Amino acid sequence: MPAGTLYRGREGMWSWVAHRVTGVLIFFFLFVHVLDTALVRVSPEDYDNVVATYKTPVVALLEYGLVAAILFHALNGLRVIAVDFWSQGPRHQKQMLWGVVILWLALMIGAIYPVLGHAARELFGS
Amino acid sequence: MATTETTASGIGPVEGGSVYNVDNPAPLIEAPRKRTKKTPRTTRGNFEMAAWLFMRLSGVLLVVLVITHLLIQLVLDGGVSKIGFAFVAGRWASPFWQVWDLLMLWLAMLHGANGLRTVINDYAERANTRLWLKGLLYTATVFTILLGTLVIFTFDPNIR
Ligand code: HEM
Repeated sequence: MPAGTLYRGREGMWSWVAHRVTGVLIFFFLFVHVLDTALVRVSPEDYDNVVATYKTPVVALLEYGLVAAILFHALNGLRVIAVDFWSQGPRHQKQMLWGVVILWLALMIGAIYPVLGHAARELFGS
Repeated sequence: MATTETTASGIGPVEGGSVYNVDNPAPLIEAPRKRTKKTPRTTRGNFEMAAWLFMRLSGVLLVVLVITHLLIQLVLDGGVSKIGFAFVAGRWASPFWQVWDLLMLWLAMLHGANGLRTVINDYAERANTRLWLKGLLYTATVFTILLGTLVIFTFDPNIR
């Protein structure tokens, strides 16, 4: 087991956990994403066949999750940078986290229609 | 030393007073990490500091590169429904988007790989486990960067 940790379950610890989990998830996705895009060097048909599976409702939901992970990691990453480089950063880290969460929620609501709309139309008709 | 006396140093008798005074000064103790003539030149570089800085610089650039990428691929112009070989061909006809995607590929892979290196260092406690996990990580990273770069540079819209 890893040795004792410094953080004790406050906002700072959970934002760190979420940053780490999303970072690792995005990396694994990126690996697969480069592989699927490499199919454009095989043939247009092979590429289009694989991308067709990305347009199904189940994958649309996964895509929404990916967007959620990337947006959180990006916004919280900017917060980490502000804590490190802005002289007032450490003092405002908690407020900045709530800023990140609120902005993230707003963007996720905004992403519902663009990312999930086509899946809803396929499932429930348009 | 008698316990009721007050000493010249001004430290109360409870602490026992100081044996040092102006005529008998305490020896100077060097700061623990002070570099002296005898300190050997450091054999370590500043790799970890460079890596730390790279995570932040690449992070700032990736915000612009990745969020725009998501907007184009998943939101604008019909979202994911429009993506296909023809769409890729249209975008990579422009050197601007080729450079964009190349930069995004290299920065994201190096940023992610360095992040995973940190995660491995944190959780894999046996030296051997760390060695193997990092070997796997670096192999996958080099492979993915080379493959992606090759695909961007050799893309052929008339492949069939
Ligand atoms: C979108 C813009 C991004 C920003 C602003 C950003 C920012 C950051 C920052 C500042 C760190 C360092 C955290 C620390 O030292 O405590 C970090 C860690 C990390 N990032 Fe990113 N990042 C971005 C995109 C990505 C992408 C695309 C990936 C995956 C390919 C990724 C994977 C990781 C991983 C795995 C870590 C290590 C997490 C840890 O050590 O706990 N990031 N990110």
